[in-house]
Amino acid sequence: MGDHHPTGIKRWLYTTNHKDIGSMYLWFSFIMFLIGGAMAMVIRAELYQPGLQFVDPNFFNQMTTMHGLIMVFGAVMPSMVGLANWLIPMMIGAPDMALPRMNNWSFWILPFAFTLLLSSLFMEGGAPNFGWTFYAPLSTTYGPPSTDFFILGVHMMGISSIMGAINVIVTVFNMRAPGMTLMKMPLFVWTWLITAFLLIMVMPVLAGVVTMMLTDRHFGTSFFDAAGGGDPVMFQHIFWFFGHPEVYIMILPAFGVVSEIIPAFSRKKLFGYSSMVYATASIALLSFIVWAHHMFTTGMPVAGELFFMIATMLIAVPTGVKVFNWVATMWQGSLTFETPMLFSIAFVILFTIGGFSGVMLAMAPVDFQYHDTYFVVAHFHYVLFPGAIFGTTAAVYYWLPKWTGKMYNETSGKIHFWLSMVFVNLTFFPMHFSGLAGMPRRIPDYNMMFADFNMWASIGAFGLGLTQIYFLVTIIVAIRSGKPAEQKQWDGASGLEWDALPSPAPYHTFDTPPKVN
Amino acid sequence: MTEQMPQASNKKLIIRLVAIIGGMFLFAFALVPLYNVFCDITGINGKTRGQALYQDEKIDKKRVITIEFLTNINRGMPWEFKSMVKSMKVHPGELNEVRFYAKNRSKFDIIGQTVPSVAPGQAALYLNKTECFCFDQQPLAAGEEAEMPMKFYIDADIPDDIHRLTLSYQLFNITEAAKAGSVATK
Repeated sequence: MGDHHPTGIKRWLYTTNHKDIGSMYLWFSFIMFLIGGAMAMVIRAELYQPGLQFVDPNFFNQMTTMHGLIMVFGAVMPSMVGLANWLIPMMIGAPDMALPRMNNWSFWILPFAFTLLLSSLFMEGGAPNFGWTFYAPLSTTYGPPSTDFFILGVHMMGISSIMGAINVIVTVFNMRAPGMTLMKMPLFVWTWLITAFLLIMVMPVLAGVVTMMLTDRHFGTSFFDAAGGGDPVMFQHIFWFFGHPEVYIMILPAFGVVSEIIPAFSRKKLFGYSSMVYATASIALLSFIVWAHHMFTTGMPVAGELFFMIATMLIAVPTGVKVFNWVATMWQGSLTFETPMLFSIAFVILFTIGGFSGVMLAMAPVDFQYHDTYFVVAHFHYVLFPGAIFGTTAAVYYWLPKWTGKMYNETSGKIHFWLSMVFVNLTFFPMHFSGLAGMPRRIPDYNMMFADFNMWASIGAFGLGLTQIYFLVTIIVAIRSGKPAEQKQWDGASGLEWDALPSPAPYHTFDTPPKVN
Repeated sequence: MTEQMPQASNKKLIIRLVAIIGGMFLFAFALVPLYNVFCDITGINGKTRGQALYQDEKIDKKRVITIEFLTNINRGMPWEFKSMVKSMKVHPGELNEVRFYAKNRSKFDIIGQTVPSVAPGQAALYLNKTECFCFDQQPLAAGEEAEMPMKFYIDADIPDDIHRLTLSYQLFNITEAAKAGSVATK
């Protein structure tokens, strides 16, 4: 083929090819997804019945903490970067990402960052046990010695994300094919561009807050220590100034994915393209002024609670625009229900449920009741699992023929979908009820009255865990022995990757830029 | 062939993006003084201000405000520390005195530091202290005890909807930090 690249392990270590790097990101995130998922299994096994059965409470806390960190920083974020690497150059007609060497570096930092983080499980004093939000003083005065490994790990994954974001922005601004104006870009590219801006705005703030933790722990500063004139509540303000945009970083690319898939299987153009772009941008802007809705119970004045409550509810408007547009795209379309479409429709429905519980939590007076209960756990798992993860899963099924040139088995895909759909709801829906009844999050034991809800959730979680193995098998079978895919596998699909490139996409694409009308 | 053009504009864009990133990193640290200034002006985090002067305050005899005193002892602080009265009823504008009692029950000399906090937070702006042990560090020798005075008045401008406020003192052991010189002495 004339492709000149090293073989074996060196191909992967030295590669600057966006497709290789995209694949590595996706596989890495899947491994992290399984590790984080295994931790969730420990949590659900312990919570299967009231009382302490399997693990001691401190280890339980390490599991909830590491599960959150691994899933957020190791599974969801890298999976989105993997999709960006694979798809953005093909979608905008670029030969590669703009900064290919940095691309290699930003991936290869991650295995080291997570080795560092995971190694803390085997250290004296155990892994970080203060929750993924690492509130001071739990993580400063009372944090285990391994907290320093956590801090360094966060720094490294932050650097990786920032470099990934720079790469996306430069690629989108400077590498578009002639004629590919901004408002002609596929929505996935748009949502990723906006995500990349969020990343470069908030990841440095995360780096700042963990640096303050480090100096508080070892260099005698008192940023968060009241005895020295600091303020632990300030930790929460700085953390959530990062943390709230972070949740949109995890979901916006998934919005982009379903905005590609739903039109393809509805055989219609996306309804309201420009309103989708503006809605995404508004969500991103609003995400900077709502952080304190995570902190309603810290003793804010009423005026502050009102401001953050109203600003938060405002986000429902652009989000509503998006949901409306997805439904309107399907309206009177000639729908077929292949696996990517099933995951996308489930995304729209279940993400909306997560959005509704979000609006409930946004109301300051009722948040006092829901704060730190399983209702919150139900809410963010509904937006993350059927949101970010279903979005990525849909993307994998949709573009797998283009990436590998092989088709997955449609029946297997549909079985995977229905298993996911049933188990995701069985796992997370009962948490709404136990939360409303007052079950606090992050505890290894609970009142007898929550026993039934927890047993259902645990059964659902074990099923959901096994479903991921089924997913892995389906994908491996497809890659090894799937039927050859056509260039345009989905007849309703549009975009340069389907119209101008064969399946599988060659190692080097668009050496000469395509013409875009 | 077309490599030259994008290379040049890449560089410009990257410099801008890196500037944003550097700026945001510094912004995280700038949030610390910003937060403190914002809270100092609005009083929303319940921190009281430094020493106030009492001169010709008008006394509002019609209003009565209940003020409660709470004391908490932080981990690793072997002291007894309490307010000698649980609560007081005061008129806005009048000068009052409360006494706190502290005893070092350990066999070591210890330096303590109390950190005040007021709830509701907005009330902190109207609670003026003319004299307070919390302005200074409290060194107590092993077994030593002390009575510590605190004089305060509530500003007559305090909003009408505040009828009751709580002043809490958290007591920290700062012996080691004070010796290392890493805690600022006020």
